[in-house]
Amino acid sequence: MTDRPGAPTRRGFLKAGLAGGGALVAGGAAAQEPDPLITEKQPWAQMWGDGVDATPYGMPIEYESDVIRRNVGWLTADTISSVNFSPIHALDGTITPQGCAFERHHSGAIDLPKEDYRLMINGLVETPLVFTYADLERFPRVNHTYFLECAANSGMEWAGAQLNGAQFTHGMIHNMEYSGVPLRMLLEEAGVKPEGKWVYVEGADASSNGRSIPLDKALDDCLVAFKANGEALRKEHGYPVRLCVPGWEGNMWIKWLRRVEVTTEAVESREETSKYTDTLADGTSRKWTWVMDAKSVITSPSPQSPITHGPGPLVITGLAWSGRGAISRVDVSRDGGKSWQTARLAQPGQNMALSRFYLDIDWDGSEMLLQSRAMDETGYVQPTKNALREIRGLNSIYHNNGIQTWWVKANGEAENVEVS
Amino acid sequence: MSRSRNLSAAALLLALTGPAQAGHFGLGRPALPEEVAAWNLDVAPDGVGLPEGSGSVEDGEEIFSANCAVCHGEFAEGVGNYPKLAGGEGTLDRDDPLKTVGSYWPYLSTVWDYVHRSMPFGAAQVLTVDEVYAVTAYILYSNYLVDEDFVLSNENFLEVEMPNADGFIVDDRETTELPRFSQPPCMTDCKPEVEITMRAAVLDVTPDEGQ
Repeated sequence: MTDRPGAPTRRGFLKAGLAGGGALVAGGAAAQEPDPLITEKQPWAQMWGDGVDATPYGMPIEYESDVIRRNVGWLTADTISSVNFSPIHALDGTITPQGCAFERHHSGAIDLPKEDYRLMINGLVETPLVFTYADLERFPRVNHTYFLECAANSGMEWAGAQLNGAQFTHGMIHNMEYSGVPLRMLLEEAGVKPEGKWVYVEGADASSNGRSIPLDKALDDCLVAFKANGEALRKEHGYPVRLCVPGWEGNMWIKWLRRVEVTTEAVESREETSKYTDTLADGTSRKWTWVMDAKSVITSPSPQSPITHGPGPLVITGLAWSGRGAISRVDVSRDGGKSWQTARLAQPGQNMALSRFYLDIDWDGSEMLLQSRAMDETGYVQPTKNALREIRGLNSIYHNNGIQTWWVKANGEAENVEVS
Repeated sequence: MSRSRNLSAAALLLALTGPAQAGHFGLGRPALPEEVAAWNLDVAPDGVGLPEGSGSVEDGEEIFSANCAVCHGEFAEGVGNYPKLAGGEGTLDRDDPLKTVGSYWPYLSTVWDYVHRSMPFGAAQVLTVDEVYAVTAYILYSNYLVDEDFVLSNENFLEVEMPNADGFIVDDRETTELPRFSQPPCMTDCKPEVEITMRAAVLDVTPDEGQ
């Protein structure tokens, strides 16, 4: 708390907190005594708030300080080649605020000014080219909203329920509105030769994160993006330029994109041999598992977002997405998959973007085993974890899109569980 | 790759004589051969992109000890949570497979390319071409794939056999999963009983609030 005019006093804040707590318990019942938050004049109704010069670029209000990226120390050897998680349990709608959108780096988030930025197109092209950042801003531009999901999202859950919260089990994802130039335009500017079949894309960072992408995909919908959710990319998301590869695993969305090379064959780089290959039960491994299949998760109630209001009206909400197209339907089960109800999509499903779903219920206070099941426009239905394990075994690491179960207890707390 | 280096030089000559032919917008400028050479470092499984050079297991041991062993161990066996580069043969179909260069990686080109561009961690692109050949030779030796007097070069590079070269299949979800997962889903009476079989709270490995 500060002493600036208009700031609520500590006493006022504590009182408000107590009154709020009372209101939570009371629910829709009649008031026993007048609410001082109404009957007493509050400081914010009398004094000034902040001036318009107080916050040239604002942060969330302090009461939302728990809505932050979190990391899990034991997952990786260090925090430089590591991952953190978006607080999806606390968000609503579909657009992820950039400031808490998850990060995955292999050699840290680098600082690359626009003036120092260069993009090279080389290999099997008529004219290898170098673009400056200013050059890129002169190409015709498009806007698209896409999800970016790490291939390893939910990967820790292959062997069973491990991490207790949607942020940790499903938070390697964000969804942003990107502005940029179709990769196709840049490739056409250089002139792709007929023998070109792949592009190899790499970043300016030490890890380079090089990946091979079939030319068809590169010419279809890949986007060289420099704005996200209206503003420049955040440093940790690839400032000033990243690649968007709609519907495909996040590893391929090269940040700090510095080079696109047209080749005849895949390079088979470290990030598509040692990593981002999915080992099956018999010891063979799938490679080039690019598409992220249809998936969903209930974000509330969930372990980090328990029910605090007692029985009665309850909003069950969550996210659904598919790399194969638009979400067409989400079903919700309250009994661990014995029976299902179709939820309501807040908006019609968008191609390869997050969809928000709601199921409004009257909770009677009994235990629930909550699940959600996404369907996309191709007819693909999100499988159970056990259905995936029957095909893949336990060691795939990546591409776990199995149905998540939350055990909601009578006291409103929720836990990550597996069910039969 | 060196193949495209020659192409870029030819393209540059073309570009100098007039505006870029392919471009619709005339944006960007032709890349100079030196620029392409500086950034175009990737090496493909068929060896395209490998520069001339060589390095021995013996030299590699010394270079590895000085630059790599602090994280990856003197014998490439790994330290703490840092990657193990050797061992794990025959474990890929087991409960806890150990995936290393020797047990898992399909192509030696990837080892050379990745070490050259991105290692050592925190000080990448400091090893010379010959040093990368030597370190690659030492990693092969640590995996019992070559003898201690082995010398790796661009000449014999493709002769090295990687044990798991045939261990990969192209994504087959279209045939193995899609038909199964594209059936109309059950809505009622889908199963008689539901039991909780595993609980994250029992495992208790989630970070506490405030950590």
